[in-house]
Amino acid sequence: MFAYYLDLALRSLRRNKVLTTLMVLALALGIGATITTLTVLRLLSGDPLPQKSAQLFYPQLDPNEKDGYIAGQTEPAPTMTYVDAMNLLHAHRATRQVAMALSQAKVLPQQGGDHPFFSDAVMTTADFFAMFDAPFQYGNGWAAADDDSGAQLVVIAGFLNDKLFGGANSVGKTIRLNDRDFRIVGVLKPWAPQPRFYAQDLGGRSYGDGDAVFLPLRTARAVDMGPQDTECYAAVTDIKHLETAPCMWLGVWVELVDDAAVAGYKSFLSSYAQQQIAQGRFQRPETALLDLMGWLRDQQVVPDDVRLQAGLAFGFLLICVVNTVGLLLAKCLRRSQEIGVRRALGATRREIFTQFMVEAAIVGMAGGVLGLLFAELGLLGIRHQPAEYASLAHLDLGMFLFTFVVALGASLIAGILPAWRACVLAPAPQLKAA
Amino acid sequence: MDILPILSTLRRHKLTSWLLILEIALTCAIVCNAVFLIGQRLQRMDMPSGVAEHELLQIQVADVTAPSNPYARMAEDVAVLRQVPGVISVASSNQVPFGTSSSNGNIRLDPAQPERTLFATTYFGENLVQTLGTRLVSGRDLKPDDFVDVETAMKGLGNGDSKSLPHVTLITRTLAERLWPGQNPLGRVIYLTPVVGLRVVGVVDSLVRPNAYDKAKAQYTMVVPIRMGANKDQSYLIRTRPEDRASVMAAVLVALKKADPQRGVTTKRSFDDVRRKFFQDDRAMAGMLVGVIAALLIVTALGIVGLASFWVAQRRRTIGVRRALGATRRDILNYFQTENFLLATIGIALGMLLAYGINLFLMLHYELPRLPAVYFPVGAISLWLIGQLAVLGPALRAAAVPPVVATRSV
Repeated sequence: MFAYYLDLALRSLRRNKVLTTLMVLALALGIGATITTLTVLRLLSGDPLPQKSAQLFYPQLDPNEKDGYIAGQTEPAPTMTYVDAMNLLHAHRATRQVAMALSQAKVLPQQGGDHPFFSDAVMTTADFFAMFDAPFQYGNGWAAADDDSGAQLVVIAGFLNDKLFGGANSVGKTIRLNDRDFRIVGVLKPWAPQPRFYAQDLGGRSYGDGDAVFLPLRTARAVDMGPQDTECYAAVTDIKHLETAPCMWLGVWVELVDDAAVAGYKSFLSSYAQQQIAQGRFQRPETALLDLMGWLRDQQVVPDDVRLQAGLAFGFLLICVVNTVGLLLAKCLRRSQEIGVRRALGATRREIFTQFMVEAAIVGMAGGVLGLLFAELGLLGIRHQPAEYASLAHLDLGMFLFTFVVALGASLIAGILPAWRACVLAPAPQLKAA
Repeated sequence: MDILPILSTLRRHKLTSWLLILEIALTCAIVCNAVFLIGQRLQRMDMPSGVAEHELLQIQVADVTAPSNPYARMAEDVAVLRQVPGVISVASSNQVPFGTSSSNGNIRLDPAQPERTLFATTYFGENLVQTLGTRLVSGRDLKPDDFVDVETAMKGLGNGDSKSLPHVTLITRTLAERLWPGQNPLGRVIYLTPVVGLRVVGVVDSLVRPNAYDKAKAQYTMVVPIRMGANKDQSYLIRTRPEDRASVMAAVLVALKKADPQRGVTTKRSFDDVRRKFFQDDRAMAGMLVGVIAALLIVTALGIVGLASFWVAQRRRTIGVRRALGATRRDILNYFQTENFLLATIGIALGMLLAYGINLFLMLHYELPRLPAVYFPVGAISLWLIGQLAVLGPALRAAAVPPVVATRSV
């Protein structure tokens, strides 16, 4: 029976090629726009570490002055002072804990005559790699003891290893950063979580390439590497010694395995803030402990423009669906006589309804295929845009399949009204008119 | 043209008429808002900088090994750049207008006040006013003996020695008007910290901040006489004639290379490039919105063509009868045009309400201003036009129906 409907539908669509083309084209445009923007939105609001994100938390404290503080409304500061970050780290209340800041490192290639270039650097502590599941190609991270000793060690990214050492195992070799020699202890495999969650509020990009070098925090500071972003809450007398200045420039992450650990850490943070108030260092008791995805939402990492574009695309799809309803309705009303004949010959309402729904579904599938083409074109356009996420905009298998879900859904919704109108037509007047 | 017969016909095609009206309303609402968004972006991209943009070049260099005396190094570089033929003026700066990367400070009018008055950007650099080409409207420019090396200033901040701190500043007219409305700003003092009080010695017409994301605060700018010394974050700004920019840039790079073959140039661009880069997202968004509007109008036009063709085909016989009874081709044409105009008008009226609703939603979620009334006619006129254009083909086909059709049985 289905094959018969299919045959009928194809005949009917062929009979009026212009109208059919119009319907498919309009639907495809709407689907193309929707899939393009949804792909970008999904990419930008994705989970950077799906296997781990639920266990990663971002503690926040607030060393700001009392002025302007409204209990329960003022959010704690987005970054931390060195003193607080070290206190939290040394307390070892979580499974793992790490402090970090972003910086720039001047890399001098070994080959003489090459110009130095600046690379993105992360100043951090030993747990970084294990905590964020950063995979190693060669070697390992550094040990906790190296954090305190200020050893001149570095982990480099695969792409920097390719550039400087032709991809060979460079563990044990030295690299010249900011006019000092550092010993390479590890080389990462390609690693660039999107969004770059750990760069939020530290002055880094939200999307794009991974960082090139990872150095122990104390070592990096000893060679005068400064953070990309510093926020001071009191008059600064010595900006060079950020460790003691009343300035916030570090992000801290902790790994907590279960709800009990999270609750425990929350109460630890509150008591820490109270203790600092007692010591006169803090004036505000506010603390926060957001999980990774919560922190990204709090930071509104997805650009407004992208959300606006997705909304616009949905509006566009809605108009395309309304358009398809109108055209399908026109087509089906023109075929009143044919329907009358079929009904008179014994076709049930249900059969007429199915026949028209099959016709709508065919339009939808054709719209989906063409829409996929439009989406690829749209994503090509996005990749040529200047945005930092541009190079990431690709259609994956999920979105590929989702395109057909949207296409079929849109066309079936559009088909319901015309199909219903067709099946409730009384056969007798139609036959009489003929 | 009598519209009553048209209305009575439409009443018999309620469903299709309402679909068309709905489509027109949705399109109208989105077009109104999209045109408004484009207007917002274009207006933003037009933000004045206050500097001679077509005459400026920006250069940043990075040393292999840090120079032992960065201040002497910077002075040497500036001297080298001044020698290059075609260079009118050279300045050093810690930041550039629309350059994104910025240095800012909380300013207070009273050192004891707990809350900042506002958050202003601070340009540190020599010879800025002359090179940028911003106009001094009152007072004087910064003089060489106003300047303090940044390290000296930092030490002064540490030991509270006010002699090693800067004492004067230039501010923009907008900032002066914001801080002391209607009063003479010259001689007044702005506090960057309780010990750093800067006396306003001059007011410049306009100088935009590097991070001009908020139009209202884009001109909250100060120029402070601090010498930063050569390092990778400092820029050399070079003023030249617009037509000489390419040749001067090439000559300047050669001159810098000759002065020190070891260093690398990290930034070399004209100010046109700086502006283009700063507003690139706005340009991309405006372009995308234009595309969406075009696609929407095309889809709606196609919808109108489809439904109108259907109506014409359905009423072939009626048209024949009307023609046989004496209606001219023009009457038939007018009939379909008027019908479309009526539907479009109802759609537009609904669309306006919807446009207003969408705008309210956008105001709530995206910090957009209220949709000005002037954007409503834009949507209305474009949809009336699209409607008339789309219906013309089917209406002409209707007008071509011969009266003899009336006599044939179908």
